[in-house]
Amino acid sequence: MKIGSVIFCSIMMMAMQLSNGQTQGDVKVGSKQFTESLILAEIMRVSPTQRGLSSTRHDLGGTRVLWAALLKGSIDAYPEYTGTLSMEILGYKQGATFEELEKVLATKGIGIVRPFGFNNTYAIGVTEKYATAQQLEKISDLRKVPNAELAFSHEFIDRTDGWKALQKRYNLPQVNVRGLDHDIAYRTLNEGQIAATDLYSTDAEIEYYKLKVLKDDLLFFPEYQAVILYRMDFGKKHPEIIEDWNQFAGKIDESLMSLMNADVKVRKISEVEVARGFVGWVGGSESVVRDTVWTRFFKNLKDHLTLVFVSLSLAIVIAVPLGIICAKFDRVGHVVFAGVGIVQVIPALALLVLMLPFFGIGRTPAIAALFLYSLLPIIRNTATGIKSIEASLSESADSLGLSWWQKLRLIEFPLALPSVITGIKISAVINVGTATLGAIIGAGGFGQPILTGIRLDDLRIILEGAVPAAGLAVIVDLIFTGLEKTIHLRIRR
Amino acid sequence: MLELRNISFSYGSIQVLNDISLSIRKGCTTIILGPSGCGKSTLLKLILHLIRPQLGSIEVDGAPVAEKDIRAIRQRTGYVLQDGGLFPHFTASRNVTLLANELGWTEEKQQARMEVLTALARLDKGLLSKFPRTLSGGQRQRVGLMRALMLDPDLLLLDEPLGSLDPLVRVDLQQDLKSIFGELKKTVLLVTHDLGEAAYLGDEIILMNEGRILQQGPMRTLVDHPADPFVTRFIHAQRTFLEHL
Repeated sequence: MKIGSVIFCSIMMMAMQLSNGQTQGDVKVGSKQFTESLILAEIMRVSPTQRGLSSTRHDLGGTRVLWAALLKGSIDAYPEYTGTLSMEILGYKQGATFEELEKVLATKGIGIVRPFGFNNTYAIGVTEKYATAQQLEKISDLRKVPNAELAFSHEFIDRTDGWKALQKRYNLPQVNVRGLDHDIAYRTLNEGQIAATDLYSTDAEIEYYKLKVLKDDLLFFPEYQAVILYRMDFGKKHPEIIEDWNQFAGKIDESLMSLMNADVKVRKISEVEVARGFVGWVGGSESVVRDTVWTRFFKNLKDHLTLVFVSLSLAIVIAVPLGIICAKFDRVGHVVFAGVGIVQVIPALALLVLMLPFFGIGRTPAIAALFLYSLLPIIRNTATGIKSIEASLSESADSLGLSWWQKLRLIEFPLALPSVITGIKISAVINVGTATLGAIIGAGGFGQPILTGIRLDDLRIILEGAVPAAGLAVIVDLIFTGLEKTIHLRIRR
Repeated sequence: MLELRNISFSYGSIQVLNDISLSIRKGCTTIILGPSGCGKSTLLKLILHLIRPQLGSIEVDGAPVAEKDIRAIRQRTGYVLQDGGLFPHFTASRNVTLLANELGWTEEKQQARMEVLTALARLDKGLLSKFPRTLSGGQRQRVGLMRALMLDPDLLLLDEPLGSLDPLVRVDLQQDLKSIFGELKKTVLLVTHDLGEAAYLGDEIILMNEGRILQQGPMRTLVDHPADPFVTRFIHAQRTFLEHL
């Protein structure tokens, strides 16, 4: 018993330390997990660095996560696009004007800096060779090539404001249209197998593959102007930084952004260096240190194991007693299984985002989500283990005159232990896999290289995360299977 | 010392015991005899308060049983199940000393008691450190008997203790049981369907069928003056093979 409470206390202390102890800079800049956003975030970080303030960058997964983190105050500012802001975050049917956005955001305590000057929207691209041969300048010109084979990303084909609407607006005659992966579409286009594809107007590939972006002459695509969103309380505290950021307004056009994207993606220069190159600031105290593969591996391993260990330990401490209660009281069992069952059907990504308003970003919300996910298998297996004890043994225990607690401690729990361990094994393996998603909300772990690798389109970096994560799952499985066998042998000897 | 009055018990719609009244005399070995499914095992569970009768009452030493007394009653009652009911995750000796240990007996006291019981049950000492799974059926029953006797109970209940054993082991154990009962002079209640076993071990026989007691008395009385046609049938159905030679 004493050992149990010591373990419990140390886990709680660890969890508390994690939630408080994360070192935060003076300026917390958020970023989405793609190159352009990271470059903009690094450009934003130059100002505080030059002013001698510390700053941190938080690479988080997706609009929803960043917006929630900004509202919560887990980050002070992040780069966003006006189209996304008006339609995805604020729920407008179409792009709103800058003044409108400024007004609505102010009511939420969020400030907005004037656009950087480039519009990163959907566009239609063709090879320069093809454009010259067919004399293509704008999207309307595609009417001249009715037999051209087109391929678009799946998302663009599916979206209501995607290909169907574009075809209608421009009255395009093409019927040969296929869905392709974005990266593959670029390659196929380059090899001349297709005539045109959709792209983002600042993609690095435009420069790399020497593509021609057709002009949206009927203004079909909404504006996706890059802007900076910041918390107004942060703006009050550091007006000088907001002033610095205002200097960037109108300074980056599509071709410059596309060039900087290519610097990172194609020429493999770090975002930090590209950002500093843009600001024209060389030197500074913070030189760019590149970690070795092993340093990165051990850091990710530590982060990943922390997530798994803390969340799983908490789950065991809560779920095992709960499983016992469920086995003893059917009614409680029904309620608990219904509740935990609901948690289980929430997609992992959604659950992570749901945790943000309560815990901000970082390890704590990831641990909370993983904890919730780990409950069901342990509760269920504990309850089943207790319930499936032979009636004659249960009767034998009662007939001895054991109290309910003695019966539970000496007979029922030890006999249910193999089943409990199996439940913990299932939870642990799921937990190791799901923890890779933690990187989306800034929890680190082996998900980090996976996200970076996807962003940089670099398989080597993806494998840096995927292989150890899979390996860890196998090791965890082996450890618990060994434990199961040992306990089984002890009981069935 | 134990009095059952007008007990009726049913599992759902199945009537298992029907208006049973009986009293168990101190220091006497009483056999509950009857065919399978006549309700004799259920009677033992009622005495241990593992189940509650729908009708009727049970009195111990002339007083009705209160809820809070149940654990004490169980601790003062030894119970041997058909398959021994031993816990598979404990060694034979841990099975025997489990309750004593929980009640705070010292190691020495437990050891001393074990010595007595091992001799009494004629169990090879080397088997005490083994797990139930590795013991034979007869050995398991001896361990089960030791466990039931550990706290020196007032009452010993045995539910078909020899039911699953082969004939030679059975005869051995029957003899041992008889000498143990004689030695300890405990109140014993033993359930069996074997007429020979009942006659050999019992001072008093209670013959049951379909949830009712048909006759109670010494075996001699049952044979000479059967109270019911079923008693005659039951006794004659179990004649020995020797008659066929």
